[in-house]
Amino acid sequence: MSEKYVSRSRAVAARELDGEMIIMSAADSTLFSLSEVATIIWRAADGHTPLSEIVERSVCAEFDVPFDTAYRDAEAFVEELSCHGILRVSDHAVAGAEPAPREAP
Amino acid sequence: MSLMAELNGRALRLGVPLSVHFDLTYRCNERCEHCYLDHDDHGEMTTAEIHEILRQLADAGTFFLTLSGGEALVRRDCFEIIDYARSLDFNVKLKTNAILIGEKEAGRLLALGVEQVQVSVYSHRPEVHDGITKVRGSLERTLAAIRLLRSQGMKVTMANVLMRSNRGDSEGVRALALEVGAVYKLDPTITPMMDGDSSVLRHRVDASELSSFFHNPNLVGDVETFCAPPPPVDESIREGLPCSAGHTSCYISPYGDVYPCVQFPLACGNVRKQQFLDIWRNSPQLLEVRAIRGKDLTTCSSCSHLGSCTRCPGLAYMEGSMRGPSTVDCEKSFVRTGIITAGMLARKAAGPLVPSLVQISPATLLSA
Repeated sequence: MSEKYVSRSRAVAARELDGEMIIMSAADSTLFSLSEVATIIWRAADGHTPLSEIVERSVCAEFDVPFDTAYRDAEAFVEELSCHGILRVSDHAVAGAEPAPREAP
Repeated sequence: MSLMAELNGRALRLGVPLSVHFDLTYRCNERCEHCYLDHDDHGEMTTAEIHEILRQLADAGTFFLTLSGGEALVRRDCFEIIDYARSLDFNVKLKTNAILIGEKEAGRLLALGVEQVQVSVYSHRPEVHDGITKVRGSLERTLAAIRLLRSQGMKVTMANVLMRSNRGDSEGVRALALEVGAVYKLDPTITPMMDGDSSVLRHRVDASELSSFFHNPNLVGDVETFCAPPPPVDESIREGLPCSAGHTSCYISPYGDVYPCVQFPLACGNVRKQQFLDIWRNSPQLLEVRAIRGKDLTTCSSCSHLGSCTRCPGLAYMEGSMRGPSTVDCEKSFVRTGIITAGMLARKAAGPLVPSLVQISPATLLSA
């Protein structure tokens, strides 16, 4: 398995509302509501942590789900968001990634 | 239900100010004949104050942030403010006349992730547009900026305010919008000035002339839907909210005054003196606005248009009561459908009268 690195796009607006992350891409004005798991991946998408590590550390540990299943779902999720310019997917670590969005108060 | 409708519903349930319109300045490099603002600086908020307000708005859950003016770009720190707003993950929309936008500025707005830019275009003819803005060459500069923005992929809306002086030019502006790939938006609303001066209302197009605009599919889309008779008034309509003003949206002036909407000059507090959330949650004025349902409206509660009227509570407030009818919206409902409104009948029964406009004072002056 080749490693994937994901980073948040600069042209994205995000806000956590009632525990749910709302995201809109400036590129196509599509509005997304992320699930709890998707929000974890979104927050961790710093450009230098491998997707596999995000899934293993944050998703599998938190939700007691097999790694293969979680990784397959995570791959589909990041591919979908990358199509809308919300996440960038790379086969190498990206320098200068955006800081994580603010947590709700 | 669309995700946007669901988001609005959730914000309403949670009491979140999802959308905020923030005027960074009332200063402007144009002098549009219909403008409702004076253009002096009576003590605008500093960069640091604005950053603090933006932090408070982000913490309050605001997602959609419209930055406007005056002309926002006359502030030297405008890009710094936009940059800071984007660092807080707001969805930013900029309203501007665009004449200060060159290639560098267009690229910067795109790089900052501004979602869209709305530009006022009054006519496709320079003599008409420049005549309204009172700035020679303004149409040329505005259109050059729009083309630059579009060439870099920025979404642009051309807002075409309808007035007596440009009433023949809507199709021309729409054609321009099509040519450059911008969204066209017709706006027939002229608002009294913030100080209560209603003289600018002389620029309004007569109701009798609105009909041709409201029945033009190029301007309103599906005419049958746009001009459909109002739905029967049922309990959900009677229990419904007049609009989002004060419920999920509000307006902040360059001096920190908070209002339910840019078009609803009911001062609710000042962010220089109070935390934004304190005003949003506890202002007696906002609580009063929020308590109003369709059934509470004087005159309009018995109107057949209640379920589809675009009644603006701010314009109604400026006519004397936030629970009363708004004359221009009565006219619009009548022109769209041909069905007379309860407000029109009431005015006819009462005889001719001059609307008593409310004198508007910033909250800072009221509480001084």
